[in-house]
Amino acid sequence: MKTSPDTAPVIEEAAKREYKYGFVTDIDSEFAPKGLNEEIVRFISNKKEEPSWLLDWRLTAFRQWAAMREPEWAFVDYPEIDFQDAYYYAAPKRDEDKPQSLDEVDPKLLETYEKLGIPLAEQAVLAGVAVDAVFDSVSVATTFKEKLTEAGVVFCPISEAVQTHPELVQEYLGTVVPYADNFYATLNSAVFSDGTFVYVPKGVRCPMELSTYFRINAANTGQFERTLIIADEGSYVSYLEGCTAPMRDENQLHAAVVELIVMADAEIKYSTVQNWYPGDENGRGGIYNFVTKRGVCRGQRSKISWTQVETGSAVTWKYPSCILEGDNSVGEFYSVAITNNYQQADTGTKMVHAGKNTTSTIISKGISAGKGQNTYRGLVKALAGAENARNFTQCDSLLIGDECGAHTVPYIEVSNPLAQVEHEATTSKISEDQLFYCQQRGLDPEEAVSLIVNGFCKEVLKELPMEFAVEAQKLLGVTLEGSVG
Amino acid sequence: MSLLSVKDLHVSVDDKEILKGINLDVNPGEIHAVMGPNGSGKSTFSYVLSGRDGYNVTEGTIFFKDANVLDMEPHERAAAGIYLAFQYPVEIPGVSNLTFLKTAVNAVRKARGDSELDAINFLKLARQKGEILDMKDELLKRSVNVGFSGGEKKRNEIFQMAMLEPVLSILDETDSGLDIDALRIVSEGVNKLRSSERSMILITHYQRLLDHIIPDFVHVLIDGRLVASGGKELALELEEGGYAKFGGQNNDSEAA
Repeated sequence: MKTSPDTAPVIEEAAKREYKYGFVTDIDSEFAPKGLNEEIVRFISNKKEEPSWLLDWRLTAFRQWAAMREPEWAFVDYPEIDFQDAYYYAAPKRDEDKPQSLDEVDPKLLETYEKLGIPLAEQAVLAGVAVDAVFDSVSVATTFKEKLTEAGVVFCPISEAVQTHPELVQEYLGTVVPYADNFYATLNSAVFSDGTFVYVPKGVRCPMELSTYFRINAANTGQFERTLIIADEGSYVSYLEGCTAPMRDENQLHAAVVELIVMADAEIKYSTVQNWYPGDENGRGGIYNFVTKRGVCRGQRSKISWTQVETGSAVTWKYPSCILEGDNSVGEFYSVAITNNYQQADTGTKMVHAGKNTTSTIISKGISAGKGQNTYRGLVKALAGAENARNFTQCDSLLIGDECGAHTVPYIEVSNPLAQVEHEATTSKISEDQLFYCQQRGLDPEEAVSLIVNGFCKEVLKELPMEFAVEAQKLLGVTLEGSVG
Repeated sequence: MSLLSVKDLHVSVDDKEILKGINLDVNPGEIHAVMGPNGSGKSTFSYVLSGRDGYNVTEGTIFFKDANVLDMEPHERAAAGIYLAFQYPVEIPGVSNLTFLKTAVNAVRKARGDSELDAINFLKLARQKGEILDMKDELLKRSVNVGFSGGEKKRNEIFQMAMLEPVLSILDETDSGLDIDALRIVSEGVNKLRSSERSMILITHYQRLLDHIIPDFVHVLIDGRLVASGGKELALELEEGGYAKFGGQNNDSEAA
């Protein structure tokens, strides 16, 4: 697969200094009143015409949340968030008559996607990607549904799944990330607006890459996406997630939850390119990205592979994790995190080995430029029953300039004497030799940094599906603009 | 009008004067050898021509194709056609030689107003130029200079030169670290690139390179000054009598 001709110039245009996606589409959003209380939770649930078990679940989460405190252990610093000074629900206006096809979609919306470089129809056809586009909170278009239906794959907004597959949602929602898991996950459980649901039946190899584009559009609207992916025995699915957001002065909170459930001999590959507004060069504005992502390898020989390229957001707090329950199950985490200007990222993974002969691999590449702070925080845990568990961890940090920081905080807990854990870490700077060598060959300083950084991240980038890899490479360069010279 | 015109060039590094008034004119198609003992300022000369940071020009001028080189960034000089074959080529992990070169070739082509090469045409060109220098496919795919032997690195420098088609090439101690076979391959590659438009400056300690690449002029650099200039025979004279005759100290060890 390759990028469509339509997206190529868009990607090129992205190589401009201004944050390109800083436009706002003036569609009237239907807001829930500002603030957060039980009424708002009921309002959201009511809007979605949810069954009572889900409302009860939300309310339990909300009551739990009200008694919780924000975590403070991460190496990030940001002003206190006033959770009562935000809207918790916004939807495009005409949601009573949701469009059945692209023709029926509000042209303004389509225009927004055009600007984002994701013309749905073209991209879907050319790249063979089914796109469940999330605009604000309500999904407005789903393509390739027929082909997926034929294969028996369920791929739809989670609000729809609640109506059409309530038994699946009820069985699995909150089983990997319980409602009381952590402050942000609990908040999400109470107020999640929409998100994606995927179910791949036994023995089915999903016929295409699944992709969702998240986008925050309404001012002061927190985005609380909820994603639930279930891969039944012997199935395979690759899911891509990419994000951008319009320019805003206020900080915007994003607290998503992603749950993956993998049965025996099944595999989920989950790839993210995160490019939300990082704030300006003085550290004003930008998204707060507090995400809980976790997957469980339930069955034998099951596999979860997380790949993330994190270039955006003012503050990132994110640890995509794997619980390796099934014997011989496999967890992987490949990460590139870039912080430039005043961006802060505290990110990593947790690999919990419960089953025998479980293996995990962690490759983390952190790049800090400007005044950026980049922390790798990772836990490798082998429980008493994890005989012959194996982990290999490699954390590399690259520094650009002398005002940024890179930190590595590995936690290792091994309770089985037969488990083996390896940790390697390096920190390096882009050398003046490398820069001059590239420049002497005709590359300007920014191209040179981009090339060197792409080389540094190669092991991770090669894990991305092709069309994402191309986009991600460009993104690395765009993110580091202005970091040299 | 000469292609490169260096007048009364004084250069300091960390406030220490290294070059003390260099004058040199290079015309299209000419090959000039600059020879000198260690510490005479040979590498400084190559770096200041290519624009490396930290080399301060305190006096004098450098003009290339009538443009003031001292106003140009290193990549602008590269685009204008100045190429430096490094004495110590730099490793760039994770970036394949081909990716690196494609980026470089297209950056230079763009700056010169030519259209960029697509992947197919680029590969064709790379294969064709690679043959001249006996560059194996595997070397093209490996990360830039990572795990290359000394000889492979130097060959790679000349390969890049062939790809970028510069007007003025500065070869900084390209012969150092080469065995006799590698020296032959590299020299043949360089000779194939000779043309009436293309000029070169060979910076070297020894005359043996000049048996393979015959220069039009030889200059002797001692203590930051060009103390003698002549034809090919001057190099042989140096080989016989050493640098002492020109006021320098004989020093047979390679530059560190």
